[in-house]
Amino acid sequence: MGKPTGFKEFGRELPHKIAPQERVKNYKEFESLYTDEKLNEQSARCMNCGVPFCHSGCPLGNIIPEFNDAVYRKDWDEAYTILSSTNNFPEFTGRICPAPCESACVLGINKPPVAIEEIEKHIIEIAYQKNLVKPTAPLVKTGKKVAVVGSGPSGLAAAAQLAKAGHLVTVFERDDKPGGLLRYGIPDFKLEKWVVERRVKLMEDDGIVFKLNTEIGKDIAPEELQRNFDAVVLAGGSTIPRNLPIEGRELKGIYFAMDFLKQQNKRVSDIKVTAEDILATGKDVVVIGGGDTGSDCVGTSNRQGAKSVRQFEVMVQPPATRTAHMPWPSYPMVLKTTSSHEEGVERHWGINTKQFLGDENGNLRALKVTDVNWELDVMNRPVKFHEVEGSEREIPCQAVFLAMGFLNPQYVGMLEQLGVELDERKNVKAREGVYRTNVSKIFTAGDMRRGQSLVVWAISEGRECARKVDEFLMGHTTLESKDAVNMFEQVF
Amino acid sequence: MEQTDSHQQGLYRPEFEHDSCGTGFITNINGHKSNQIIIDALTILENMEHRGACGCDPLSGDGAGILIQLPHEFFMEECASLEISLPEPGEYGVGMVFFPKDSVVKKACRTIIQASVEKLGLINLGYRKVPVDSSGIGETARQAEPDVEQLFIARPHHITNDDDFERKLYVLRRFITKTVNETLKDAVEHFYFTSLSCKTIIFKGQLTTYQVRQYFTDLSDPRMASGFGMIHSRFSTNTFPSWRLAQPFRMIAHNGEINTLTGNLNWFYSGLKSYVSPYFTQEEMDMLLPVIDNNQSDSACLDNIIEILLHSGRSLPHVMMMLVPEAWDGDERMDPIKKAFYEYHATLMEPWDGPAAISFTDGKLIGALLDRNGLRPLRYAITKDGRVIAGSEAGVLASLHEKDILRKGRLQPGKMFLVDTEQGKIITDDEIKRKITSKQPYGRWLENYKIRLEELPEPRVSFSNLSSDAIFRYQQVFGYSREDIETIIMPMAVDGKEPIGSMGTDVPLAILSDKPQHLSSYFKQFFAQVTNPPIDPIRERLVMSLATFIGNNGNLLDEDKMHCHCVTLKQPILNNYELEKLRSIDTGLFHAKTLQTYFKADGQPGSLEKGIARLCRYAEDAVDDGFEVLILQDRAVDSEHAPIPSLMAVSAVHHHLIKKGMRGSVGLVVEAGDIWEVHHFACLLAFGASAINPYLALATIDSLKADGKIDASLDTKTLSKNYIKSVSDGLLKIFSKMGISTLQSYHGSQQFEILGLNKSVVDRYFVGAVTRIGGLGADEIAREALCKHKIGFGETKDKKHILPEGGIYQWKRRGEAHLFNPTTIHLLQHATRTNDYGVYKNYAKVVNEQTEKHFTIRGLLDFAHHRESISIDEVESSESIMKRFATGAMSFGSISHEAHSTLAIAMNRIGAKSNTGEGGEDEMRYERLPNGDSMRSAIKQIASARFGVTSNYLTNADELQIKMAQGAKPGEGGQLPGHKVDDWIAKTRHATPGVGLISPPPHHDIYSIEDLAQLIFDLKNANRAARINVKLVSKAGVGTIAAGVAKAHADVILIAGYDGGTGASPISSIKHAGLPWELGLAEAHQTLVRNKLRSRVVLQADGQMKTGRDLAIACLMGAEEWGVATAALVVGGCIMMRKCHLNTCPVGVATQDPELRKLFTGNADHIVNLFRFLAEEMREIMAELGFRTINEMVGRVQFLKVKEGLKHWKSKKIDLSGILHPVYNPKGVTLYNSEQQDHGMADIIDWKLLETAKAALEDQSPVFASFDVKNTDRTIGTLLSNEISKRYGSAGLPENTINYKFSGSAGQSFGAFSTKGLAFELEGEANDYVGKGLSGAQLAIYPSKEATFVPEENIIIGNVALYGATSGELFVRGMAGERFAVRNSGATAVVEGVGDHGCEYMTGGRALIIGATGRNFAAGMSGGIAWVYDPENTFTENCNTEMVDLDPLSARDKEEVVTLLRKHVQITGSTVAKELLENWEESLLKFVKVFPKEYKRVLQQAQYQTISN
Repeated sequence: MGKPTGFKEFGRELPHKIAPQERVKNYKEFESLYTDEKLNEQSARCMNCGVPFCHSGCPLGNIIPEFNDAVYRKDWDEAYTILSSTNNFPEFTGRICPAPCESACVLGINKPPVAIEEIEKHIIEIAYQKNLVKPTAPLVKTGKKVAVVGSGPSGLAAAAQLAKAGHLVTVFERDDKPGGLLRYGIPDFKLEKWVVERRVKLMEDDGIVFKLNTEIGKDIAPEELQRNFDAVVLAGGSTIPRNLPIEGRELKGIYFAMDFLKQQNKRVSDIKVTAEDILATGKDVVVIGGGDTGSDCVGTSNRQGAKSVRQFEVMVQPPATRTAHMPWPSYPMVLKTTSSHEEGVERHWGINTKQFLGDENGNLRALKVTDVNWELDVMNRPVKFHEVEGSEREIPCQAVFLAMGFLNPQYVGMLEQLGVELDERKNVKAREGVYRTNVSKIFTAGDMRRGQSLVVWAISEGRECARKVDEFLMGHTTLESKDAVNMFEQVF
Repeated sequence: MEQTDSHQQGLYRPEFEHDSCGTGFITNINGHKSNQIIIDALTILENMEHRGACGCDPLSGDGAGILIQLPHEFFMEECASLEISLPEPGEYGVGMVFFPKDSVVKKACRTIIQASVEKLGLINLGYRKVPVDSSGIGETARQAEPDVEQLFIARPHHITNDDDFERKLYVLRRFITKTVNETLKDAVEHFYFTSLSCKTIIFKGQLTTYQVRQYFTDLSDPRMASGFGMIHSRFSTNTFPSWRLAQPFRMIAHNGEINTLTGNLNWFYSGLKSYVSPYFTQEEMDMLLPVIDNNQSDSACLDNIIEILLHSGRSLPHVMMMLVPEAWDGDERMDPIKKAFYEYHATLMEPWDGPAAISFTDGKLIGALLDRNGLRPLRYAITKDGRVIAGSEAGVLASLHEKDILRKGRLQPGKMFLVDTEQGKIITDDEIKRKITSKQPYGRWLENYKIRLEELPEPRVSFSNLSSDAIFRYQQVFGYSREDIETIIMPMAVDGKEPIGSMGTDVPLAILSDKPQHLSSYFKQFFAQVTNPPIDPIRERLVMSLATFIGNNGNLLDEDKMHCHCVTLKQPILNNYELEKLRSIDTGLFHAKTLQTYFKADGQPGSLEKGIARLCRYAEDAVDDGFEVLILQDRAVDSEHAPIPSLMAVSAVHHHLIKKGMRGSVGLVVEAGDIWEVHHFACLLAFGASAINPYLALATIDSLKADGKIDASLDTKTLSKNYIKSVSDGLLKIFSKMGISTLQSYHGSQQFEILGLNKSVVDRYFVGAVTRIGGLGADEIAREALCKHKIGFGETKDKKHILPEGGIYQWKRRGEAHLFNPTTIHLLQHATRTNDYGVYKNYAKVVNEQTEKHFTIRGLLDFAHHRESISIDEVESSESIMKRFATGAMSFGSISHEAHSTLAIAMNRIGAKSNTGEGGEDEMRYERLPNGDSMRSAIKQIASARFGVTSNYLTNADELQIKMAQGAKPGEGGQLPGHKVDDWIAKTRHATPGVGLISPPPHHDIYSIEDLAQLIFDLKNANRAARINVKLVSKAGVGTIAAGVAKAHADVILIAGYDGGTGASPISSIKHAGLPWELGLAEAHQTLVRNKLRSRVVLQADGQMKTGRDLAIACLMGAEEWGVATAALVVGGCIMMRKCHLNTCPVGVATQDPELRKLFTGNADHIVNLFRFLAEEMREIMAELGFRTINEMVGRVQFLKVKEGLKHWKSKKIDLSGILHPVYNPKGVTLYNSEQQDHGMADIIDWKLLETAKAALEDQSPVFASFDVKNTDRTIGTLLSNEISKRYGSAGLPENTINYKFSGSAGQSFGAFSTKGLAFELEGEANDYVGKGLSGAQLAIYPSKEATFVPEENIIIGNVALYGATSGELFVRGMAGERFAVRNSGATAVVEGVGDHGCEYMTGGRALIIGATGRNFAAGMSGGIAWVYDPENTFTENCNTEMVDLDPLSARDKEEVVTLLRKHVQITGSTVAKELLENWEESLLKFVKVFPKEYKRVLQQAQYQTISN
């Protein structure tokens, strides 16, 4: 390990961020990189634990202590090799992951955890700089063809792994650019799009074919995929947003977050927006939903020059620190202030939107809200809320972004035509670790299977699914898994 | 019925048995024969009764006997009455025979005897029935009692001298025994010749010492006369003591143990083909072979080998020098002639290594010798009337008056003492050895024929270095992981040290692992415990040797110059250059051949075995072709050929050649890729490799260097040198933990238990090794090899750039599985912190399922229902179950005060026991806290370093635990570096802050089972209210050891698993030494029950116990109490950082860093929750199985069964029937503890001392009294001190309150743990352990006023005086034995001479030595000061200056020395001291101050600070 006493000597430090008032002036990423010295110190904080909970807490199974050590020793080749053995896209997770690894970091028991995510980002960026990131697909191909539907993190990960195994991979994307939410969901100020493009380019160099603007079930019949490919991976994500079907929902000015964010991403990339502009400029904005997407709406609204920005969350305000019910090393539901929050927002908790109020032109004018109290169960989990009497009031507002998450994948079209079975949550049914649907040759991974989740989970699912596809095609697989595999199966 | 019993049953194996004992002799120097000699010898024997033992039935001894010269007068008359006419003395031989009682069998034996006598042309004169009085012998002995008869054989005329006759009788005895055994087989288990000789006769049996005289009525006949008597009293760990294993044997009486027996026997057999001797005809040779009997003890085997070597023409002392050589390798001071003798013989035969005090005789010469370590005591006295009395203790012949003694002495390590009764003189060690070593020109032979590797010519070819791609591929094929490289190889290469780890191991056993294993992971290292001591390979390096010889061993029965025509190596690890030299060797007579060790990687059944068969065939051919060196190489592997695991290859060839009688003709060198850990090297050496080239490990180091992964300041050469050095050091440590000193003895000794290979594989390729649970066959071994081979050579599209992560020493998601992992740690902490039994059950479910996923042996078991389930309300309460819990022995030092005291508080709250560990305990913890809690640890541990072990510490305990070994590193010592010794730790350990502390590998007062019995007795005296607990670590044979420990009167026996442990341990020890508790516990329970000892002791088990299910299984296997350590620590906040050794524990548990200690958040309530949960889960299982109480449940192994439907291809091969072997309680004995041990304290002298001291105890008024003592008065003053400590705590009484004077020979442990206020004077002498644990008393010992010998030239006290003393004073007028003031940490001593290893490991106090010192003075001495009077200026070469400086005396020293000398004169009347004082100015110049460097530095710093303040 790097330095046994590093954690005692150095505190957690994050790289310099541009001040909020400055960064809202554009859509660029605003975090700089560590100096060499700082990076070294931060990696020295890793204690190389006997039981590295970070490694366990990471959905990808990133071998964090090992790459921290390599960073400490400035062995970039090794750091990259170890990191890329579990993660195809550290440049994404290094920027936008909520870092369950850091919640699980042992140092976090009584000190701020190791800055794992930053270190991860540094490893991959340095690796790119040093030209260590190279195509990995073998020259000799298996001759098997695999289609991947959807180019979000899960589809990309599956494609990358399958290409590594020597298969011919085609990725179908209905949008005009690959990347899914990475491309059109996450704002540039958190993930600049050249980062996605850089990776896509590399995958193309690996022989992966991207078919854009191609929606399966619309542009191509699913049977055609089944006919032309030896296996198909469905990674279309969970795309149906949760709605708020209350009175006034039809008013103009109420949008799903994703519609709003996607438009802005296109604008930043100089891609023409064909639909009607959704803009927060000069408006009183309310973002309904307290999660990360909501936060992205806040950041985007501020950048567009909203008059005011409010964010509503029906749940109670989470505690600032861990409680007995969410002990280390679990991922705690504590109050989080995102960088977008730093840029200016009024956050409300325990607030329920009862009605959208419009003006005479059918434009949104205000929200009718009440405060609520929550009934909790023994584990402090909210069960039911009651309105606080007399708290009903109007909040003036001209734009509402609904960021309340996603329900399930879109059934109409491809899934319907394929006849895949769904689970009770209307996700595509396939067991974790197996990833096979009820339909022959059809696999699924990511949010489409799992339901809405983190990018890091999507990548993890894509990788694990790829193993299963490879195994299905070849009878065995040598692709990495995040968990231990029975090595003996391959002998005899 | 006893016959079936001695065979394997359950986990018991007869070969595990050990014995040790008391031995001695008395002789008239001039050989004058008398009856008195016999009477005296028997008295000596009786006075060593406490060194022997008896089993469950107190009248059945472990064995005792006497060897005397043939009493001619007696036999003449006796035979005359039988109408046998005896010829002159020397012209007939007498056989003492044990016949089976069965008359048919007896007759058959007689027929064979008659035929054999005739065949050899001898004359049978007739038999005499030996009269015996069996009224006094015990039940067990009676069951095996033979008919004892004497057989008289006349010397035929063609044999003209008694040596030839004796040789013929030897052949006759061997031939009869062999024929009887072959013809009558099992029916004659009890047929045995105690002796058949024209010179000596042996009376022995399964008797107590007192019974010998009574049983053999002949011995009391006044006509019996002998010039000497050699006696032996046996203490065996044997399950079934037998008549014939009693000693003496024909040549020797052995107190000790041959650790290397398997190897010694194999090496002997390996040359059988070449054994010829002019003294025997070929026919006679065939009658003799195989020379060594089966099914007998190590001592008996030694006796056999001595006989053959003696009768083939060497003298007895010569033979003894061959078998038990001095430590010659590396001794620069040894006479070159003697050294050449030893080196020459080393090429012929390896030492029979182990602690030994051996008395020996050929009927004319009688003598004794000690092994190189001197680990058994031997004292002697020479009288003015020409007698020599030698024995394990002094004062064994009370009738001897001090005034009649000419000289008193002790045998020194490696030395011999000989009396030639024909010449009528005592021959000194020098004299004997000079004579023997100059008989042949050994030096010239070596000069001419020995091949030195470094002098060989340049190799003809050299291998080019492997490319980095090739290295990577080989690493894959041979199963390297990233962890292996980073955690093991890299630290070895960079630091030259073996890597250290913490917190035990919780990964699956190799046989249960889903990862392809290194074959050596199935091999578990043996280690010494109780029956023999481990050695300190660092501080006692002088006895260790890695020298080895490659080539032909030659004909053992002959002396020939060509014997030494072989390659000598200083150590067995060869780098590539050295290997190539060896490969190219060609002396005209000496050649090497390389054989490839691979097998077809086709996955077909039998492929591996075919490969091995081919290899063995080629090896045999190569030997036939006259090659002297075979190199087994695996470099030629390719995609179609996988490597045979090198361990299997070498062992297969080794045993194949032994079987063919050819092994002695070649050296086996292994050149293999699968060797990188020290353990790998050790396995190879123990299974036959003579030298090893780890080419891939060396290439790996090169590539690390090339890739810049290693600090640039170290060049490749240094890195490999470091690596090889760390392997060498690691090997010495592995040998030493088994008590073996030399590679030669370790070589082929098979010091491993195999865990997880099936019997047919073991019987074929690892012949003679122990395997008890079965496991893989050859095809499965092949499968593991192929699995790795495939990674390297398999077709893959996804080319890997990195090796697998490993995950053994650290949890890794893709790596090896661990019982404690993120999930289980989290659940356990969460459950106990929120007091949520539901979450606990969830935790238990995960752990239990994990174990069921086959991590552990218990995971393969299921409960078997034989009773109706009962309501949980009917089950014993959890309160009462909780009293059976203990936490592990973790010292204050290894864990923080906060963690330590929290555990103690929790355990005290539930009436369970916490353990001090070995670091002492701060007395403030004896006081209750205001809230009623107590931080006092109920169990006080006594470990080898005796830190903080005082009378008061022992008094404040409910249980005293003797740590014989610890799971994480059995057989090893430890070291607490100076920077960890802060003020507080220093105070509780009685040490100096900042000065490092060393724990020796052995307890220096336990070199044998009788020593352990003595320590138990000492501790019982020190606190008779406390239970005495002996902690053992699970290993093959722990059952017989446990039986011995029970016989030594322990109250509790703890069987610890190999896997537990906090603190720092070498990682190879954590993983590879010892066994899981399941095996040890089952074996211990079975053996105790079978010996009817179980109900006398409490059995406790620990080691990775994590759930109620674990406890229930342990209970059913025989444990009625359980230790839980790691789980309790985890509840206290431990998150298994495994960084205990770095002092960086981030949660304040295992650290002394004040900043980090603040982070400790453990809470006694949570720990109480854990134990309540465990008890509750236990109760649920009890209810389900229908047990109301624990006692009902203990040992009911029938309630366990092997889990049905085990599917895993590895685990389903395991055979657990040995573990599940049911034992039924013999009549009147329970399967749980139900009786008290009899500690034999009713009549001890201390009751008198206590009675006399009444006034002193009550009102501190001084008392004076005197007492007579003898050697059976042991542990004087200890019980009295306990009473003082009870009343007055550590302060004790004012100085000189109790003033006692003793006269005579005091037994062992005089003044042990004696406390302040006692002033003891002893006029006479004392045995071993004087002032052990001295806690403030003043002891003075001087010779009897009647004695006329010169005190300072004679031994007055025995070995290991002042061991672990913390304060007080000792004045000795005369000399002390070995290891004077070992681990002294505060006492002051004056003595007039000491033996070897004086002041070893001393950390405090003062020692003034005004006489000679032995070798290795001050080894490991980190504190205190010794002043040595060195008039001859010889001290420097005797002192081990690694840790000490030799300085002149300072003014303050002078003052202290003068004061001490004056006091010494005043108390003891020392003339030496007086003379020194008289010429003070002059003598002053001849004093040397031994000043530990570290201590000096700390003192200087302190001084500097005082000045600057």
